[in-house]
Amino acid sequence: MDYFAQQLINGLVLGSIYGLIAIGYTMVYGIVGMINFAHGDIFMIGGFIALITFLILVSLGLTAIPVILLIVLLVSMAITALYGWTIERVAYRPLRHSFRLAPMLSAIGMSFVLTNYSQVAQGARVKPIPPLVTGGYTLHESADGFVIRLSNVQILVVITTIVLLAIFTWLVSRTRLGRDMRACEQDQTMAALLGVDVDRTISMTFVIGAALAAVAGLMYLLYYGLVDFFMGFVAGIKAFTAAVLGGIGSLPGAMLGGLAIGLIETFWSAYFSVEYKDVAAFSILIVVLIFMPTGLLGRPEVEKV
Amino acid sequence: MTAHSTNTAKPATGIPALLKSAFVNALIALVLFSLMIGIRTEAGSDGQLTYWTRFGELASLVAAVFGGSIVIDLLRQWIGPTGTEKLIPPAVQTGMSFVGRYLAPALLIFTLLVPVIFYDQRYILDLAILVLTYVMLGWGLNVVVGLAGLLDLGYVAFYAVGAYSYALLATNFGWSFWVCLPLAGILAAFWGVLLGFPVLRLRGDYLAIVTLAFGEIIRLVIINWQELTGGPNGVSSIPRPSFFGIPLDNSDNGLAAKLGIEYSPTHRIVFLFYLILALALLTNWVTIRLRRLPIGRAWEALREDEVACRALGINTTTTKLTAFATGAMFGGFAGAFFATRQGFISPESFTFQESALVLAIVVLGGMGSQLGVALAALSMIGGFELFRSLETYRMLVFGMAMVLIMIWRPRGLIGHRAPTVYLTKAQAISSDLVKEGHG
Repeated sequence: MDYFAQQLINGLVLGSIYGLIAIGYTMVYGIVGMINFAHGDIFMIGGFIALITFLILVSLGLTAIPVILLIVLLVSMAITALYGWTIERVAYRPLRHSFRLAPMLSAIGMSFVLTNYSQVAQGARVKPIPPLVTGGYTLHESADGFVIRLSNVQILVVITTIVLLAIFTWLVSRTRLGRDMRACEQDQTMAALLGVDVDRTISMTFVIGAALAAVAGLMYLLYYGLVDFFMGFVAGIKAFTAAVLGGIGSLPGAMLGGLAIGLIETFWSAYFSVEYKDVAAFSILIVVLIFMPTGLLGRPEVEKV
Repeated sequence: MTAHSTNTAKPATGIPALLKSAFVNALIALVLFSLMIGIRTEAGSDGQLTYWTRFGELASLVAAVFGGSIVIDLLRQWIGPTGTEKLIPPAVQTGMSFVGRYLAPALLIFTLLVPVIFYDQRYILDLAILVLTYVMLGWGLNVVVGLAGLLDLGYVAFYAVGAYSYALLATNFGWSFWVCLPLAGILAAFWGVLLGFPVLRLRGDYLAIVTLAFGEIIRLVIINWQELTGGPNGVSSIPRPSFFGIPLDNSDNGLAAKLGIEYSPTHRIVFLFYLILALALLTNWVTIRLRRLPIGRAWEALREDEVACRALGINTTTTKLTAFATGAMFGGFAGAFFATRQGFISPESFTFQESALVLAIVVLGGMGSQLGVALAALSMIGGFELFRSLETYRMLVFGMAMVLIMIWRPRGLIGHRAPTVYLTKAQAISSDLVKEGHG
C-alpha cells in the first residue's frame, strides 16, 4: 500500500509534465487541425534554455533560489515562445492551404532541425545540473521501514501546473484572445468574416503552447536534473498520446490524459518492467485510437465531404 | 533556421522597408540564438557543468540572417511569388519531356553497366548498392504513401522484421538466403496486415502517429527481447548469400573455382549489386503492373477521396490492407538483403530517422512517380555521401530540406504524379488543379 502511494505521487508529478506538453498539441490540433510534430522538440529547447539561463544566473552570483527560478521560468518561457512563433511563421503558415500531408511532413522536418540544431549547438552529451530544490516531507513511515516521501520539487511541479492551468483556463474562457481562439476552432472562414485576425490567433496559439512546453521543460530539468538533445522525441509522443487519450481538442482532456499516461507509465515501471514502459505508452496510444478515437472528453468528429 | 518568411502577408517594397524587415528578422534571430548559440555548455570532468561564450558565431549567424533576408526579399520581388513554373519556356519544356521519356531506360542501362564501369572502385560499388537499397525501400513505401495515400511513419519496422527474420532463421536454423527471402517478405507482409487491420478507420495524421508508435514498439521489443534478438548487441555473423547454393568464396567449390577464374572479393560485391538491382526492379515491375489492375486503381482512388471511394462501392478495408501488405513485403525483402549484405544488424539501423529518410525520398520524388523516387534516392543518398565530413550537420540540413521542399514544391522536386487512368475525352480540368481529397 505504501509502495502504491509513493508510485501514485510519482505518477501524478510525471503526468503534470506530460499534461503541460499535451496542451500544446491539443490546442494546435484544435485550431489548425495538424499534429505539430515538432512540439516535443520545443519542450526540449525549453529545457535547454532553462538550463543555460540557470548556469548564467548562478555564475553571476545569484543565490536566492526563488528569484533564480522565477527568472529562469520567465526567460525560458519568452524565448521558447519565440521559437514556437518563428516555427509557425516559417514552416507551417505557408502550407496552410497546401495538400493534406504537407504540414505534417514539414513538422517532421522541423523536428529534425530542432533536434540536430541543439545537438550541434550544445553537444550530444547529457547535461546534468545539481539539484536546485532540495528537501521534502515524510508523509508516512511503515513498520518495515518503507517511507512515503513527497519532495519539494514534486510539490513545486504540481503547484506550478495547477497555477498555470488556472491562468490558462481563464485566458481561454474569459479573454478576447480566448474567444478568438475558440471561434477559429469552430470555423476559420466565418471567424475571419466577423473580424477575427485568424493569422494572429494561430500565432498566439503556437506561442502559448510553446510557453507551456517551456514550463514543462523547466519542470523536467528540476525533477530529473538533466536535459539532452533527444529527450523531446519520446516525451513528445507520450504527450501526444495524452492529448489523444483525453480527446484531442479538449484542454481539460489534455491534462487528464497527461495524468493518466504519467500514472500508467509509473505503475507499469513499478509493477511490471521498466524496459517496456515506453512500449506500454505507445500501445496505449494505438489502443485508444482504435477503440475510442474521440478520447475521454473529445467530441466525435464528423467526416465532411 | 531562417526567419525569412515573416513578410509573406505584405511584400516589402522599397529599400527602407526591405532593410526594416531584414532588421526585424535579424533581431528575432538574435533572441532565438542568443542562449543556444551564444553560450556553450558542457559537463566537465567532475560532472559539474561549465560554460563559455561564443559571441563570434552568434554575430555571424545573425548577420547571415540579415543578409539572407535581404537576398530572399529581393529574389521574391524580381521573380514574383507564383512565376517559378511559368519561367520555363515551352521549347525547354518539350525538350524536358523528350529527356523524360528516355531518361528511365538510359538510367537502367547505365545502372546495369555500373559494375562493369566501376569494377575496380569498391567504394562506388558499395555506394551504388546502398543507393539501390534505398530505391527499393522508396518504391516499397511508394505503394503505401504515393499510391494509396496512407502516411506511414513506421516503414522501418517492416525493414527490421525482414532483416531480423533472415538473420535469425539463417543463424539459428542455417536456412539459405533464397529460402529466407520469401519468408522475410511474407513475415513482413503479415506484420503489415497486423498493423493495418486495427488502424483502418484512422484519418491521415492519426494513422501517421500510430504507424510511428508501431515502428518504435518493434524497435523497443528488439532492444529488450535479448534472448531472441541479442538486444542492443544485435545479431552478428549472418551468412552471406550464395549464388543459388554455390558459395561466393575462395574455397574449392566456390563460384570462382567452378568457373575456372581467379577469385576476387569483388565478385561478391558485384553479385550483391545485381541482387539488389533485381529486387528493386521486381518491386518496380510489380508496382507498375498492380497500378493497371483494379486494386491499383482502387489505391489511387482511395488516395484522391476516401468518401467517394466508399460511395462507389470500393471495399476500403481490403484496399488499405493490400497496400500495407504489399509495401511491407517489399520492405521485408529489402531488410533481408540488408542483413545479408551487412552480415551484422542491430536495432540502431532501424530508428525513426530511417523511416523519415525513406519517407523524404518518396516525398521528394513526387509521391507516386517511380522514376522520381529513384532519382530522389540517388540525390539524397549521394548528397549524404558528399557531405560525409559534415556528419553532425547532415540531419540538420536534411530537416531544413524537408521543410523547404514542402513550402516550395509540395508535390515533389523531381517527379510528377499523374493518375494511371483518366478520361481521354472532355477533360476540362487537369488532375493537378483538383484539390486533394479529404479522406
